[in-house]
Amino acid sequence: MSLGWTVFSGFILAALAPFIHRFTKNATGWLLSLLPLGIAGYLFFNFFDSVTQGKAIATSIPYFSDLGVNLSFYLDGLSLMFALLISVFGFFIIIYAGGYLKGDAHLGRFYMYLLMFMASMLGVVLASNLIALFIFWELTSISSFFLISYKHNYASARKSAQQALVITGLGGLALLAGFILIGLQTGTYELTELLQSPEVLQEFSFFPILLIFLLLGAFTKSAQWPFHVWLPNAMEAPTPVSAYLHSATMVKAGIYLLARFSPFMEGVEVWQYVLMSFGALTALMASLLALKSSDLKQILAYSTLIALGTLTLLIGIGTEKAFKAAMVFLLAHSLYKGALFMAAGAIDHEAGTRDIRKLGGLIGKMPITFLAVLAAGISMAGLPPAFGFIGKELSYKALLTKEMVFVIAAVLTNIGLFAASWVVITKPFFGKLKAAKDHVHEAPVSMLLGPVILATSCIVFGFFPGWFDGLITSAQNSLLPVDGKKVHLHLLPETFSDPAFILSAITVGSGALVFFLWRPVFEGLNSLVPRLDIGPAKWYDWALQDLQRVAKWQTKLIQTGNLRNDLRYTFIVVFALIIYAIFRNNLIPTADTWNFSGLAIYDFILFFLMLGGAFAAVNARTRLSAITALGAVGFSVALVFIVYAAPDLALTQFMIETLVVIIIALVVIRLPAFNLEERSTQTERFRDSIIAGVSGVSITVIMLAVLSNPLNTNLSEYFAAQSVPGGKGHNIVNVILVDFRGIDTMGEISVLAVAAMGVYALLKYRKPKEPELTEDTNESNGEGQA
Amino acid sequence: MILNSIILQTATRLLISLLLLLSIWILLRGHNLPGGGFIGGLVGASACALYTIAYGVTKAKEALRLEPRLMIGLGLVVAVLSGFIALPFGDAFLAGEWLKFYIFGEEVKIGTPTIFDIGVYFVVIGVTLAMIFALEEINVEYETANDLANDLANDIATTDIKTSSDEVTS
Repeated sequence: MSLGWTVFSGFILAALAPFIHRFTKNATGWLLSLLPLGIAGYLFFNFFDSVTQGKAIATSIPYFSDLGVNLSFYLDGLSLMFALLISVFGFFIIIYAGGYLKGDAHLGRFYMYLLMFMASMLGVVLASNLIALFIFWELTSISSFFLISYKHNYASARKSAQQALVITGLGGLALLAGFILIGLQTGTYELTELLQSPEVLQEFSFFPILLIFLLLGAFTKSAQWPFHVWLPNAMEAPTPVSAYLHSATMVKAGIYLLARFSPFMEGVEVWQYVLMSFGALTALMASLLALKSSDLKQILAYSTLIALGTLTLLIGIGTEKAFKAAMVFLLAHSLYKGALFMAAGAIDHEAGTRDIRKLGGLIGKMPITFLAVLAAGISMAGLPPAFGFIGKELSYKALLTKEMVFVIAAVLTNIGLFAASWVVITKPFFGKLKAAKDHVHEAPVSMLLGPVILATSCIVFGFFPGWFDGLITSAQNSLLPVDGKKVHLHLLPETFSDPAFILSAITVGSGALVFFLWRPVFEGLNSLVPRLDIGPAKWYDWALQDLQRVAKWQTKLIQTGNLRNDLRYTFIVVFALIIYAIFRNNLIPTADTWNFSGLAIYDFILFFLMLGGAFAAVNARTRLSAITALGAVGFSVALVFIVYAAPDLALTQFMIETLVVIIIALVVIRLPAFNLEERSTQTERFRDSIIAGVSGVSITVIMLAVLSNPLNTNLSEYFAAQSVPGGKGHNIVNVILVDFRGIDTMGEISVLAVAAMGVYALLKYRKPKEPELTEDTNESNGEGQA
Repeated sequence: MILNSIILQTATRLLISLLLLLSIWILLRGHNLPGGGFIGGLVGASACALYTIAYGVTKAKEALRLEPRLMIGLGLVVAVLSGFIALPFGDAFLAGEWLKFYIFGEEVKIGTPTIFDIGVYFVVIGVTLAMIFALEEINVEYETANDLANDLANDIATTDIKTSSDEVTS
């Protein structure tokens, strides 16, 4: 239970955040950041020691236990590492957001989305039940949609948010299908139980399909080629969001999933080579794209892709060494990427632009930011003494056990990354003073806290990597259990003739060369391949356009806009199916079904009332009389309910009839008078009467068939017996509605609400006289004017 | 559609409180006798509809104080929250929890299903009134049917339904 509250508390605070913000104004960020700090502290002090000693903690709250769906949580080395990253970064990001978006009109809402997102991420990494994991997974997609579209008056922000939602949502659905397959095969959705016998999935006849579903889920989320397009676009979000999405969350969810399923995939070559190939391809492509960008945030976004590709590659290798490298690299990447994104945001915020060609000489104006960028940048470049160096060394070591092609890809990738790192470090800070604003000064404390602490830790952890021995060991053990072996991280390699070290030297040498030639490389890449990522980005656009084209065509075909046609089509289709069912199951009534002996005189009266109402409606000469006649039919039906002792139904029917007459009258009163010449022609009326007649006869036949079978009363007897003891009510109908089938009713009222919103929007929609939404797509916009 | 009929207005003034009281009574008795949130909500909505017909949509909105759309949201929130009450008791979401006490010697039971039903009640009233008010406002906005028809036709003629691909070029 307590583990669950680390997740739930985030959602609760998210709901309260806008209200809190009303009272605390500028202090909100500092106040709300206490929650992630508390979560991190709670996880660290309560569980760190026991988890690093190889224990795992599991709790469970029953939810839909009959379906195997429970809110169960599981904490082992892997999830602890992710949970700590998410909460610690959440702490810095929330404080940073308070400074960055200071004075923004919707800041309260922003905190809500951010906390919701953080809680969903914690849910993903802590959930033990696969269905719960999926729900949190989708919640991250939804909350990141709100975060990316935060500046929703920009068309580009809306498009990017939609793209991220479509791509990651699609992957989420694939994941759900995969999880359900797992559940069907193994009879459980609990990771804790599945991990007891990891080989079980491979024995599954649907294993290849399962593999595809899992890979789709993980690749879309962690932005592997060709699904990477959404990630660079997601930087449309305000910088705190980019920093959070890119460093510790969202994209790492895909990596988490790959890591989490690694134990099940031991020895599966397809899995390994798919991961390695896509990882290497993604990293290499991103490395080129990083060198052709001049927007600070964009360079960093592509460097995130490099990291994600590298991580996928490492997890694909699947050896103990590779998992160790992956975990260290993941940690190092989160640290430097968080620091760099926040620092880039500070530069944008103070200097007014993120374009490195328009920036320069800021070192004197923003010395603290510079030091943070320098420290984090060294780590990104993979130079000693930064923590990133250890990660890179370990990944080279792990790669050297595999095919040469992957080693070459990794070295080329890292050369690009090295050059890009130095571009980020030097371009904004050295040279002639250039900025888009006049009085550039250091960012406020709230915006410096995160980058400075994270950047410092990039270096400090490089000197004391031993602090993470325990965490990395237990995280690696979650992926591939190695008994009794402990990881010992150290900064310097044992020998300098170590092949990994030589690869590093090559990387640094060539990287430096590329950096000095950056300008020609930048221009060359930009002219040579104008849009390098044209492939998948274009595919996405085409797919979306075609989808809409098909939808439009199909809508025009079926929904002509003429109500009579719509009704005609609907009735023909529905009753064709019913008639098919009648003949297929041979439900044609026999003579003995025609039994009128039990009918009383009032039954016949009601029958003729309804019949009369229907005839009057068809032959009505004004709309109002048609509605009234239909009302008569409806009220007669209500009377039937009363006669057959269903007072709840009768009451509802009465009320609905009343309201329907009112609503239709409101519509009709403004319609032009019924033009008799526009009425259907004689032939049309004949055709329609046949359709109506066949419909009526077939529904009668079906009802007779239903009645000729004895009713199965198990269910009604159960409800009648359970109503008072189980539901504490004597009205069975109501007890079913609000208690036994409460979740159905919940669904129904939600549908009602959505329908009402739809009707409201349709009725209220008028083409705006002036375009309300600015279609401004200016790259460095004034997000959060201070 | 304001009928401006004195008879209707006077009758409405007399009836409205009775009808609203009736709707609440139907809502609360629902667990044991015919009624419940859905029917109660419909009765409440028809009471408000009657008021709207008698006095017009502006007056009705003033009297209601709460936007129908807000009422829908409120109802949904109440219904969802009532489901969470069971969780601390160790029961599943939406499981019924009951509290029994006595007023003037009469046994009164209050349970989470009642709260849930109150949520349903508000959603139903909100949904119905959102539609009725929106329809009425169109009627207020346009003098004659032809004005509305012309305006709508104009909208349709000049609106090219935008696909998001139009925005892709940015």
